[in-house]
Amino acid sequence: MSKPGPRSLEWGLTLPPLFWLTLFFVVPTAIVLLYAFKPTELYGGIGEGWTLETIRALFTRSTLILIYRTLYLSLTATLICLILAVPMGFYIARQRPKVQQLLLMLVVLPFWSSFIVRIYAWKSLLHPEGMLKQLLVYLHLVSEETVFLYHPWAVILVMVYVYIPFAILPIFAAAQKFDEQVFEAAMDLGMTRLKAFFKVFLPSIKNGLFGAVLLVLIPTLGAYVIPDMIGGPDTEMLGNKIVQKTFVDRNIPAAAALSGVLFLGVFLPLVFQSLVQKRQGQTHTVKGGH
Amino acid sequence: MLEFQNVTKTYGDVVAVDNVSLKIEDGEFFSLLGSSGCGKTTLLRIAAGFEAPDAGRVLLNGQDITDLPPNQRSVNTVFQNYALFPHLTVWENIAFGLKVKKHKSSFIKREVEKVMELIQMEDHAQKYPTQLSGGQKQRVAIARALVNQPAVLLLDEPLSALDLKLRQKMLMEIDLIHDEFGIIFLFVTHDQSEAMAVSDRIAVMHAAKLEQLGTPIELYEAPKSSFVAAFIGDTNFIDGKVIEKISGDYSSLQLELVDQQVQCFNDKKLKIGELVHLSIRPEKIHIAREKPVSSTKINLLHGEVEDYVYKGDHTKYWVRVNEFRFAVLQPNSRFLLDGKPIEWGEEVYIWWHADDGYMLERYSEVDTMLTELPSEEIGEADNPTEEEESE
Repeated sequence: MSKPGPRSLEWGLTLPPLFWLTLFFVVPTAIVLLYAFKPTELYGGIGEGWTLETIRALFTRSTLILIYRTLYLSLTATLICLILAVPMGFYIARQRPKVQQLLLMLVVLPFWSSFIVRIYAWKSLLHPEGMLKQLLVYLHLVSEETVFLYHPWAVILVMVYVYIPFAILPIFAAAQKFDEQVFEAAMDLGMTRLKAFFKVFLPSIKNGLFGAVLLVLIPTLGAYVIPDMIGGPDTEMLGNKIVQKTFVDRNIPAAAALSGVLFLGVFLPLVFQSLVQKRQGQTHTVKGGH
Repeated sequence: MLEFQNVTKTYGDVVAVDNVSLKIEDGEFFSLLGSSGCGKTTLLRIAAGFEAPDAGRVLLNGQDITDLPPNQRSVNTVFQNYALFPHLTVWENIAFGLKVKKHKSSFIKREVEKVMELIQMEDHAQKYPTQLSGGQKQRVAIARALVNQPAVLLLDEPLSALDLKLRQKMLMEIDLIHDEFGIIFLFVTHDQSEAMAVSDRIAVMHAAKLEQLGTPIELYEAPKSSFVAAFIGDTNFIDGKVIEKISGDYSSLQLELVDQQVQCFNDKKLKIGELVHLSIRPEKIHIAREKPVSSTKINLLHGEVEDYVYKGDHTKYWVRVNEFRFAVLQPNSRFLLDGKPIEWGEEVYIWWHADDGYMLERYSEVDTMLTELPSEEIGEADNPTEEEESE
């Protein structure tokens, strides 16, 4: 009897998860996407045959504005997360292990309470009668008429709050691997500390930055609860529209088409990243040791 | 010329460098030698500008550079872990310093290619640091520093991450590069054999202080302290007491464990009654079955061979004289097929010239451990900068 070769062993290991993913991820996603090409009936049912009508409807002005707004809000939140997370990750990585553990725990501490509860907390904080607003009014920093809630920046603020740990952690992990001596080498070769930070440190933690962008951009693109609860009419995002099309308008094909847009919005950065990594992999073959 | 003037550096309660003054001449290959935590790395980091001394000054060619940041000093460093830029190729790593200084690209290309040829890495220009072996990384680190044509090259334990064979090869390469460039090399190491092999002068550091400064020969042949005698090479340490002054600069010693009297050159003018260590290098002691023709200034003892190790070029004997075991090194210059080498248990005579012994101060307890260090220690290399640990 011949022993199973490494090749067949590889297949044996790969097949079960592949089967699982196909059945419960690829097939359902394909079904959802297929619905985008189905006609809709007046009372919410799915009609017979195929149509491109729903896809065409994506290119109407209102939908394009919606897509633009979704991208704008999520990209802004991602950018702010990055700007805050880079110095934080850098700082945490350079602390003594004890302090490091404490700071990391503080970063993940919000996860100990429910996402919904935290959103409600922000809602009452930002509320016109809320503590934050009253405090700022008391300090004469804003006028009594200012409304924080329902404003796009309120949505961005809460998204940054919720997702910044996902940016800090990968950046911290990359920064921790960064050798402090490399900094010194850059200064030794004529750079100032600040310049070394941008020209040497940031490129060195490139993978951590990519990870942070993906981990923040993907959930914010599909955000639904935050714009729904914190935002107002002018912060409606794709997620909200999909919910509305599904449950209010009972227009499943339209919801499926919007889901397809969202799917591409999440999928394309992933493809981009894997392409970049593949390109790096070719020039950057890591041999044994380091 | 690189000069340290009364440099002192403390971290909290720990004194890392204690009032060290040094003058390093142009073109010198100068080593800072000492065990972990002796302050040698701190001194190098002060020269590089990564640490500011609490007191004292650093002068480079007469100019006070104490307060200059690292990027404004004509000093470049080869780091212990190479610290190559992981996101840049070999070529880009080497060109880094010149690019930062905004040189013309044609100039950069010429200079980088010149040093690449010197370190024989032309074929690896487009590789990333992760694709290089330890020795190659080392070469790139040296090239990256030298391409800037600094006045001083600082080398911080540059060989400690390499295995023994490669270490010896790289050491010779560094020596050749030094000859080529003719600038000051300030070499920090804990390995006395490395320092001895390449240095013009060595500063032995111990407990934050400068213990002795001299050429390798001076340090080995005329150590000023027991620490230096024990740290550089092997030696026999025998407790003794000065009992009598004899003609000239010679004194007579009573050796404790050996229980005999010997003569020794007394250049330190030690007085009668003073307690000393007598240090005699193993290769200065002769060994034979027959009693040699005695003469003045020769200390002759009679003992028994307890053990020996044949090493090809030499044989090492351990000879017991009363309560003391002498280490004796006998070069195997001539081998006769019918000759019978000295073996275990044989009665032998050992002798040395009074000029070959050194009377040194008695050891303190802390130092005693150092006599037991193997002469070629490996593995300490993996320690991070010792000063940080002690914080």
